[in-house]
Amino acid sequence: MAFVVVDYCKGNLRSMQRGLELAGAETLISADPVAIAHAEAIVLPGVGAFADAATFMHESGQMAVIRERIAAQVPFLGVCLGLHLLFERGEEGMDAGHWAEGLGILRGEACRIQSIDAQGLSHKVPHVGWNQVHYRSERSQDLAPLFAGIEDGSNFYFTHSYQGVPSNETDVLAEVTHAQTFPCVVRRGSTFGVQFHPEKSSHKGLAVLRNFVRFAQAGGVGANPCGEGVLT
Amino acid sequence: MLTKRVIPCLDVKDGRVVKGVNFVALRDAGDPVDLAAAYDIQGADEVVFLDITATHEQRPTVIAMAARASEELHIPYTVGGGFHELADIRTMIAAGADKVSLNSAAFRKPELIGLAAAAFGSQAVLVAIDARRVPGAGDRWTVFLNGGRINTDTDAIAWAAAANRHGAGEILLTSMDSDGVKDGFDLALTRAVARVVDIPVIASGGVGRLEHFAAGILEGEADAVLAASVFHFGEMTVRQVKEYLASQGIAVRLD
Repeated sequence: MAFVVVDYCKGNLRSMQRGLELAGAETLISADPVAIAHAEAIVLPGVGAFADAATFMHESGQMAVIRERIAAQVPFLGVCLGLHLLFERGEEGMDAGHWAEGLGILRGEACRIQSIDAQGLSHKVPHVGWNQVHYRSERSQDLAPLFAGIEDGSNFYFTHSYQGVPSNETDVLAEVTHAQTFPCVVRRGSTFGVQFHPEKSSHKGLAVLRNFVRFAQAGGVGANPCGEGVLT
Repeated sequence: MLTKRVIPCLDVKDGRVVKGVNFVALRDAGDPVDLAAAYDIQGADEVVFLDITATHEQRPTVIAMAARASEELHIPYTVGGGFHELADIRTMIAAGADKVSLNSAAFRKPELIGLAAAAFGSQAVLVAIDARRVPGAGDRWTVFLNGGRINTDTDAIAWAAAANRHGAGEILLTSMDSDGVKDGFDLALTRAVARVVDIPVIASGGVGRLEHFAAGILEGEADAVLAASVFHFGEMTVRQVKEYLASQGIAVRLD
């Protein structure tokens, strides 16, 4: 069994695969729903726009099998757009007022990020660059599988114009601040979503992937294979 | 809050890194991917590979380099040079590049910016502008193409604003007067561009001392600073630059 990096035919997934390989995972890049159905863990990477990706996933049969595997608690990591797709719907790539349907694992939607801050100042969109991931301190237990050994406030690489807007605050484990503060790590059971790109976040990003691989190899859900907490 | 970025730039010719002084007198400084991986370890926030030959025959070499970089680099990287159509951009993104940098092609065919942004997202599309001050005209700069060989007589500030409107995700701004001279960025140019666009500006061309990097951000209002030879020949490390920037109160990634 392998870690399957889901290919929705929108870009290169080699750096993600390489990051997982360095973490000790056996990996496969595949668009095939059958391969996804047999995955030890599923990584949904972030390339392209919500509507395009959702349409491809729906038509290829990926959407149904991913929903089914997540329900079976197969460890799952959604990255960037892969986090957005966890929600019920997204507006990226649609005409105003219309929505594309997502996986619907988490209640809420994926919307364009805010560009105006509380003081009325304008911030640049897309949000591109290194920004600090701030843990919700009361969620350190839930964060530990992915962020063990990584300090609160560490910098990770972001590049996006859309964000997840969860309906349930309990799905949010960490946040980042651009014009506004928004969720950048979400989790429910064995399903994680990160807004930043671990495969592009140098040594700390590789540490997140290594933690995810250990978590998945330990069976997911309640596993905390590193046996250590986050650093605050 | 987003940190300010430090970006080593690797000019690549025939699969090797070179850096000219004012775009001539090329010197060989090694394998581009190995060098970029070393910069990742030093704390570089991104790297830019600029293919300065960009002849049709050499294209497979550049694509192979981009593919290797996707395996050996764990930070974002941009490839510039040699793009004419959307298909060229698609090939490079498919090879693993996070972003492409469009220069002459974007100027000659601005709709290419929008097409690329629609296909890959605006964050994947840098528009590179090589600008030179118009002698005796105060703060006026014009856009040069083809590595500085063609003066378009088009105002650089106006073109930056237009590139922004067409859908560019960032502007990579090189002062051709400063490039290779090590006297610092053209701060007036950088600031003028930064003030007319609502996308990040990467300042390029001219750093020779640590203070120049800070000035590009504090006075030039750039979001990122780019340099080549000072890094390649070991005059300073990326880490030294970032520690200096931090000492000047600039938010950078040091972890």
